[in-house]
Amino acid sequence: MSGKRAVIAGIGHTEFSQNSGRSTMQLAAEASLASIRDAGFSPAEVDGTVTFSMDTNDELALIRSLGVPMLRFCARTRGGGGGASATVQLAAAAVESGQADAVLVYRAFNERSGHRFGQPVQANPDPAWNWASPFSLNTPAKVYSLTFQRYMYEFGLTNEDFGRYTVVARDWASTNPNAQFFERPITLQDHQDSRWIVEPILRKLDCCLESDGGVALLITTAERAADHGSDAVPILGSSAIQLEGGHEMFAYYHDDLCEYPEGRVLGEQLYRQAGITAADIDVAMIYENFSPIVFLQLEAFGFCGRGEASDFIKDGHIGRGGSLPTNTNGGLLGEGYIHGMNNIVEGVRQLRGTSSNQISGAEHVLVSAGRSGIILGR
Amino acid sequence: MTTVRPPIFDFDDAFFWEGAKNHKLLIQQCGDCEVLRHPPTPICANCGSMNNQATESAGEGSILTWIISQHPTEPDAEPRIVILVQLDEGTRIVSNLIDVAPTHDQVLNDKRVEVCFVDYDGTVLPQFRLAEVQS
Repeated sequence: MSGKRAVIAGIGHTEFSQNSGRSTMQLAAEASLASIRDAGFSPAEVDGTVTFSMDTNDELALIRSLGVPMLRFCARTRGGGGGASATVQLAAAAVESGQADAVLVYRAFNERSGHRFGQPVQANPDPAWNWASPFSLNTPAKVYSLTFQRYMYEFGLTNEDFGRYTVVARDWASTNPNAQFFERPITLQDHQDSRWIVEPILRKLDCCLESDGGVALLITTAERAADHGSDAVPILGSSAIQLEGGHEMFAYYHDDLCEYPEGRVLGEQLYRQAGITAADIDVAMIYENFSPIVFLQLEAFGFCGRGEASDFIKDGHIGRGGSLPTNTNGGLLGEGYIHGMNNIVEGVRQLRGTSSNQISGAEHVLVSAGRSGIILGR
Repeated sequence: MTTVRPPIFDFDDAFFWEGAKNHKLLIQQCGDCEVLRHPPTPICANCGSMNNQATESAGEGSILTWIISQHPTEPDAEPRIVILVQLDEGTRIVSNLIDVAPTHDQVLNDKRVEVCFVDYDGTVLPQFRLAEVQS
């Protein structure tokens, strides 16, 4: 591996909760400091940042808490959670090009005790909402369900099929002390007993767990990480795909409503960059605001064929002892929803061999946020 | 009574909402290459023209996908059926299906629909009804 290759050298996070009891800036600063120390760096060595365009924690305010004297690279991702893995892409591009030496990636919010993403929009965030909110598409659950319904219709699925994903996620979460659903596994019946959010598509337990918390990563080059003694994980591929006619929320205008074309193209990019295929992925971390989005991504990344995700999950592939352990931290339904960033932390842990649900011999991990993704490897 | 969150007009889509007020379902059309597009854009991606025109849709199409929108709080005081319509002209539009009971024990996918217009407290929306003839 080239010494110029970008690596994730440090990871940090706060607890994941329903009420952090402190400012989002404090969450960002705590997670950031933890990731810098985890990498063996000092704050003074950080010279770049990446966060979400939606993040409310200003870079300059943050570095006043950290003791970072100078930034020469600041970038933000487009969209929302779909950009989670794009944070790593931007940071990697910065350190590999020499624009920065050590880039701090952070995301922090009080997304349960403060502004909840799952609530109805109060004002149209952008003109695209004119084609949705007047017609009552005003929550993410409804917006996404409009495509999920066609997927269910086309392949004859019921909400029970989605429930089988949640059961697996909650099983992983049950043995992860960081998870909000630690020691709280569920049965399919528990899932079926949870209330409808969008009948007959999504129940409460199909929805991600709105959470308070912060996550940070420290990204640098392999040689700098080695100089600092970091337990670094190489970034073998990183990409973020936007397709004409697509939209972060309203995926209504691509020809085929039953596939995730951004994910398909993303997978092709990532496998090419990493020089591997879907069969080489040992652990998949797959962003899930709602359980059905996992189905579309399993198919888009070539882990199974079109319309086959339901059987793939039913056959046990994504759970303990399966061929593709997926969301081994419990995912965003089981561990917490830090906009997808906590899935990157778990990906790093799997390759360091420090996961609570360690998959022995894991060499390649895909961390997908649907339209952005990374492949981490050893 | 259904409460509707009104659209916030933009330079690019004001023609659509003006059309709806006059009970016309308009689709943006390039004045040069004649390609249709929805949602509207300020420039035709096919030919680069800014000669933006609109054509009136016949208002007929079929339901690609649908949900029943029902939220415990505002603005879904009553359930509404939300549909994605594939218009026969080729573009797609999100709308509502009216005059059909909002129950989920029915199959609405691929059903033929036709446009109508409903004034919701000053906001006129294109809405759809099931077509009498289901081909």
